Amino acid sequence: MIISVDYLYWLAGALLVSTALLILRDKAHPRRFFSAVFWADLGILFVIGDKMPPAAVGVQILGLSAIAASGGLRKSLPKRLPASVREADSRRLNWKLLIPVLAIPFCTLGGTLLLEKAKVGGAYLLDPTNTNSVSFGVGCIVALALVSLITRDGVVQAVRQSREMTDVIAWTLIMPQMLAMLGGMFQHAGVGEAGAYLATHYVATDVRWIAVAVYCLGMFLLSMILGGAAGAVPVMIGAMGVPILVHSFHGNPAVVATLGHYAGFAGVLMTPMAAHFNLIPAAVLEIPDRYSVIKAQAPTAICIFLACVVYLYVAM
Amino acid sequence: METINFWPLIGVAVVALGFVCRFNPMLVVALAAFVTGMAAKMPLHEILAQMGVAFVKARNLPLITLLPLPIIGVLERHGLREFVQRTIAQVRAATAGRALIAYLFVREVSAALGLMSLGGHVQMVRPVVAPMAEGVAQARHGDLNERQIYRLRAFAASSDNIGLFFGEDCFVAFGGILFTQHVLHNFGVDVSATSLAFAGIPIAVFAFLAHSARLYRLDGWLKKAQTKKSACSSSNTSCEEVRP
Repeated sequence: MIISVDYLYWLAGALLVSTALLILRDKAHPRRFFSAVFWADLGILFVIGDKMPPAAVGVQILGLSAIAASGGLRKSLPKRLPASVREADSRRLNWKLLIPVLAIPFCTLGGTLLLEKAKVGGAYLLDPTNTNSVSFGVGCIVALALVSLITRDGVVQAVRQSREMTDVIAWTLIMPQMLAMLGGMFQHAGVGEAGAYLATHYVATDVRWIAVAVYCLGMFLLSMILGGAAGAVPVMIGAMGVPILVHSFHGNPAVVATLGHYAGFAGVLMTPMAAHFNLIPAAVLEIPDRYSVIKAQAPTAICIFLACVVYLYVAM
Repeated sequence: METINFWPLIGVAVVALGFVCRFNPMLVVALAAFVTGMAAKMPLHEILAQMGVAFVKARNLPLITLLPLPIIGVLERHGLREFVQRTIAQVRAATAGRALIAYLFVREVSAALGLMSLGGHVQMVRPVVAPMAEGVAQARHGDLNERQIYRLRAFAASSDNIGLFFGEDCFVAFGGILFTQHVLHNFGVDVSATSLAFAGIPIAVFAFLAHSARLYRLDGWLKKAQTKKSACSSSNTSCEEVRP
């Protein structure tokens, strides 16, 4: 393939290492040294993490967590253009400012839909196993080019801005990765199976409405624990969906599976384990309470969960 | 199946306890992974190796947050937020709740048509959706206090999530649908992807209505909080600072 997902890892690594260098040079930064070490090491893991011995990576993960936990990442005061300049720029550039924002999804879509199987000289143009990520990355590069064309700010300024936002998001940036790691460990140790076993063996699943409620609740709780419905679906469908709801109660398998999946989504809306959806937005939007997005979602999620139980009971 | 080891559930307890006690989530997760490995009787070296392999394999996950940062950063430097707020303030009928309902609708329908990438917290909510909600609310109710701004932002993020989750599962070629189909197939039940996608539509509609109702009530809350706030209008300066 011509554009491999590895190039994006190198790009991300380079961005993180330059972030570290900028922080190291910033004498006003409150935690200059630890922050620089954190981002530099993370950048190195992006570039050559797959070539290091896995146990060494494990040790580095513990080290990075220790830095994050001991308050080693503290945000510095951002340097902004004065409000009057921003206002004038926004009037001068107007809707042109939206072009790069829209270029990212446009390129992602175009790449995924049109170029998935495209070949140039016998080789795949985009990494065929990661078309989505690669199209997204290319979209970001295109958008960056458009940004510098429109605003006349170069790459260095872009890295500086990126550093300020990375400073704000801090360790939340790699929470999805940490949670994927934890999910892998849970799967390896059989946590989902143990939980489903407890649920199905100590509850009267021969009563129809209890079976439906336990199935949905199992999906909901397991998705909360694992931070995604994908981990809960095979466990709960295997433990209850097919043997009890489909076979004993003759439920429609499509309805059973889909409603279970949705009950899982309701759980995902309520858990910090789904960092991409719940922790990152709080950090990106600079809300001090990191659980604020979960709090905004919880009442809706509970309503949806109850609707799933009722609808599954009626329609299955 | 008889030899299920229940000790790894300790890892779940560590996570729950850590989050409830509000310890640093990154440390909680690292420790939970470690404890789970120990409970499953894995040797130390293998625990670290397992953590390392999984971490490196998941490197694609932060890309979606990291790579748009330079772009959004430069655009904000040149007044993207100001542009969005000024433009939306010209729409007379707009309220913060209605604007977010409109976004929820667009997000859910486009995801149901397979356009999942039209959105996202870094690319869309921070530069466009949140400023839009804040701009409208400001035009309606005057300067907002911190609590109002943070709540509006949290609801902007929630609209993105709910629209995405309950929209994408109605799309036939969505990975989650194909995954579910595959899981059912493994347990000896064959269903078509279409029937899976269609089975969820009533709940997808319900999710839209339920969240819209809450967004609609957000306007009332803003109004009430505003009348309360007018007594102590000292927060105007701190209000300017929280805006990124």
